[in-house]
Amino acid sequence: MARLNADNERIAHEIIGRYPRKKSALIPLLHLAQEQDGWVTDEAMSHIADLVEVTPAEVLGTCSFYEMFKRHPVGDYHVNICHGIACHLLGADELIHHAEETLGVKGGGTTDDGRFTVEGVECIAACTEAPCLQVNYRFANKVTTQDFDALIADIRSGARSDIPPHGTLAKTRQSIPEERAAGPALVEDAQEPAWLSRNGSDQ
Amino acid sequence: MSDDMVTFNVDGNEVSAPAGKLVIEACEDAGVYIPRFCHHERMNPVGMCRMCIVEVDTGRGPALQPSCMLTVSDGMIVDTQSDVTKKAQDGVLEFLLVNHPLDCPVCDKGGECPLQDQTMAYGPGESRFVEEKRHYEKPIPVNDNVYLDRERCILCDRCTRFADEVVGDPLIHFMDRGNQTQVNTFPDEPFASYFSGNVVQICPVGALTAKPYRFKARPWDLAEVDSTYPNAMGDRINVQSSRDQVLRFQGVDSDAVNWGWLADKERFSFEALQSDNRIGSPLMRGGGLNKADADGDELVAASWSQALGSAAKAIADTTPDKVGFVGGARLSNEAQYAWTKLAKGLVGTDNVDAQLGDELPPHALLGLPRATVAEACQPGGVIVLIGCDPKETLGTLYIRLRHAVVEDGAKLIEITPTDTGLTNVASASLRARPGEAGTVARALLAETVSGHIGGVDEDALATARDLLGSGPVTVVLGRGSLSESVDSVLEAADAFLDVDGVRFLQAIGRGNTMGALDMGMSPGLLPGRTSLAAGQDAFSDLWPQLPNSDGMNTAAMLEAGAAGNLDVLVLLGADPINDALDPAVAAKALATVPTVIAVDLFVNDSVSKAHVVFPAAAFTESSGSHTNLEGRITAIRQKVTPPGTARSDLVIAAELARRLGHDLGLETPSDVWEELGPRSAVHGDVSSAAIEADVDGVLITATGRVAFAPPDQAVSREPVNAYALRLVTARRMFDNGTMVQQSPHLAGFAGQASLRVNPYDFNRVGVADGEEVRVSAPKGSVNVAARVDPGVPKGIVVLDYNRSGADARVLLDPGATSIDIRLESKGGKA
Ligand code: SF4
Ligand code: FES
Ligand code: FES
Repeated sequence: MARLNADNERIAHEIIGRYPRKKSALIPLLHLAQEQDGWVTDEAMSHIADLVEVTPAEVLGTCSFYEMFKRHPVGDYHVNICHGIACHLLGADELIHHAEETLGVKGGGTTDDGRFTVEGVECIAACTEAPCLQVNYRFANKVTTQDFDALIADIRSGARSDIPPHGTLAKTRQSIPEERAAGPALVEDAQEPAWLSRNGSDQ
Repeated sequence: MSDDMVTFNVDGNEVSAPAGKLVIEACEDAGVYIPRFCHHERMNPVGMCRMCIVEVDTGRGPALQPSCMLTVSDGMIVDTQSDVTKKAQDGVLEFLLVNHPLDCPVCDKGGECPLQDQTMAYGPGESRFVEEKRHYEKPIPVNDNVYLDRERCILCDRCTRFADEVVGDPLIHFMDRGNQTQVNTFPDEPFASYFSGNVVQICPVGALTAKPYRFKARPWDLAEVDSTYPNAMGDRINVQSSRDQVLRFQGVDSDAVNWGWLADKERFSFEALQSDNRIGSPLMRGGGLNKADADGDELVAASWSQALGSAAKAIADTTPDKVGFVGGARLSNEAQYAWTKLAKGLVGTDNVDAQLGDELPPHALLGLPRATVAEACQPGGVIVLIGCDPKETLGTLYIRLRHAVVEDGAKLIEITPTDTGLTNVASASLRARPGEAGTVARALLAETVSGHIGGVDEDALATARDLLGSGPVTVVLGRGSLSESVDSVLEAADAFLDVDGVRFLQAIGRGNTMGALDMGMSPGLLPGRTSLAAGQDAFSDLWPQLPNSDGMNTAAMLEAGAAGNLDVLVLLGADPINDALDPAVAAKALATVPTVIAVDLFVNDSVSKAHVVFPAAAFTESSGSHTNLEGRITAIRQKVTPPGTARSDLVIAAELARRLGHDLGLETPSDVWEELGPRSAVHGDVSSAAIEADVDGVLITATGRVAFAPPDQAVSREPVNAYALRLVTARRMFDNGTMVQQSPHLAGFAGQASLRVNPYDFNRVGVADGEEVRVSAPKGSVNVAARVDPGVPKGIVVLDYNRSGADARVLLDPGATSIDIRLESKGGKA
């Protein structure tokens, strides 16, 4: 637990290679670090700073801006229950209450066995499925309290192997084969789209 | 940005401004001040605080706009006084004050606080906020000298932009989000920047405070005067004092020089001037307090008349060729003229040298076409950095050069042996092997080259060559490493003289060296940048004893002194034991010369060997002027009285002349210019009034009669020995220099010397990072801690100069082109 391990460092270099500026890889690398340790350690941030050639203070600035990056240990399964407006109207409060009760933690807290962390979050863009939640970024839709209990039980029993421990984002690990990659291009070198020049200025 | 002017209307008045100017600045130029917190004219606009919001109509009807984010346009109507504007400003202040503690009575900023002032002027009279304010631990150190009180911070982004944009040290940053947003460092990674004090000056509230000033005074108790810091840049400063004590230096925004910025080395050095170690009375050898007598050997306090009498007698009792004057770069221009007149005109010796042999020679400082800082930094220009690292030696020059490259599209080509503070913004970095800067420069300017030249391959040369054609070329020339012969740097300069319209900016280290040379403080020179021979006529009417042949330079004087051939050695703020290239000869000279006279602020190692010591007033204690590296003369103004009976350098020269039976004819600084102006080829336009009149001072543009003397043959190149490493010595901002060491808040930064080694070479030695190694050169050896540094090329090692623990001078050989060393782990052979 600390710096990115050798495997992840290799992935990090691949990710960095996708961008014209190393610094642009900062957020995917923070996801990678969080996936590795479950949370983003200071050592990982220093390592990332080295990799993308910025200062650790700049990495921390970005990392601390986003709530999904945790800078303290959290459970293996991070349960984000939406309390955005749609979910709120359809019972998010009861759901959060129920989760807190059954898991025996307060919002943001982690169970004693270190398996679950529960947190209320802002709209996770699945309002049609309200009330909804995410466990390590995997969605569960129209969640009733029974659904919730079943989900937790399944995870505990190992029946949900599709949800890996720690917040894994598939995107972080996606690998783009050489022949399909567009290759990094600087924004300032990009061609102006035809429609923009046709329209002239926005005045 | 075009030069076109546009006409707009502010508060009912038609005014014109250059197109592209920000509304906030255009209004200010028109006499309408718009309140602001985040906007700073030397940084990019961000629109963080919204305080500058005003009603602007660009033809679509009036709307509130932040005037710091908007450029003026033709026909624009700005209303800074409308009810809507006022309501908006009032609202912004009310929001800013939501979390801002009302601890003004115990806040250092109280009395000079933009938030306080603008709340009084534009804000609500009362707060409607009754809830609990946000709380943070009261001030946390962001580094050793700067404290941050996050409760007071209004998140204007000035300090963080400064760190990132202006100096490239983004070690402070906004952390967290929303109501929790705060400025902070990474855990255990302090804001280790040479320029950290500037954030204290630009913070618009009391969130950032500087330890050396905290709780020392209230702004309304301070008296202030604009002056010049006598470093080689001649940074413009505001000296602030209370009860005759200097308590603070603030940067003054001079367009020509420092743009309001200062390096910490200068900013916090006021403490040295207030130090108890300052010399407060003349000192002489004697047996006890006020017992200056032949029996004693201690330095004891003496009266001015005793000290002057004894100094004058020693000079009068010998012949002019046995008297030498070393140093003088600390002095003001006027004092330099007075001492030159005393030495060359009255005593009649040409043994006068303000330089100590560790910088570029006088002909390279006076004889090359000179650039101003602004010319060097012009948009689209090409800057060639040869042999120096401005970040370490000339803080504000570094800031200006960096700005030119990062913001104004100038291109930077480095010809230096290792990474410098500007490497990360350089367009091309040519790592010339020590001693081969000249070869690399010639190869760069040649039409084509093939293969490796001086450690640089042809592709790198070709890339750099392409850049050269892109704009006017300025060479920033310095002698950073003393282990390579100065000829290699001069050869490089000579090569660049072939470039059309090339100009040079000399990165000198010691404060008023340019002034000293202009005032003739060098063997063979007379005031006004002229030689002893050519200048005779101009001065012979007033200077009865003009020497007729060139005298000795510092090295020769010390040799002569050590050999028993000097009777009197006058140290004008010089410390040869610590600064001359050969410390052994310097020590022997000071032990051998029968009368050593020192004029100084402190008893340094050399002064402690003197027989007569005169206490001098510092630049905050006497008035005069300073010449910077561009040849710009700016005013130094007295703010406080000198300690004890210390006197200005000019008065000491005049008093000594009187004891020698002459009237120097110089009592005030303006006497100097009246006497010198008509006699000097370059100082015709200079007068005390002209210097006083402009914050940017008087720039000397005339060239004088000293010609650049390139080395007469190509510098010989030592073959690279595969078993050895080539030595580079590096000057650092914080070293054992007196001003740093006498400033309690700076001294600690100097640290121990270390040797920086490329990882590849490092592994071959087989020691751990930080472990001591033995460095052996033909002339001597030192033990020093070795550190891995990937910025150092293979085959090269970099040793800190003038730091404790290892004296690099032991390894130096003035005759050698370059110095090869061997590295051994102290445990055994590498
Ligand atoms: S500490 Fe001062 S300068 Fe920095 S963001 Fe806060 S108010 Fe602005
Ligand atoms: S409100 Fe819950 S997903 Fe949008
Ligand atoms: S001064 Fe314009 S937004 Fe701060």
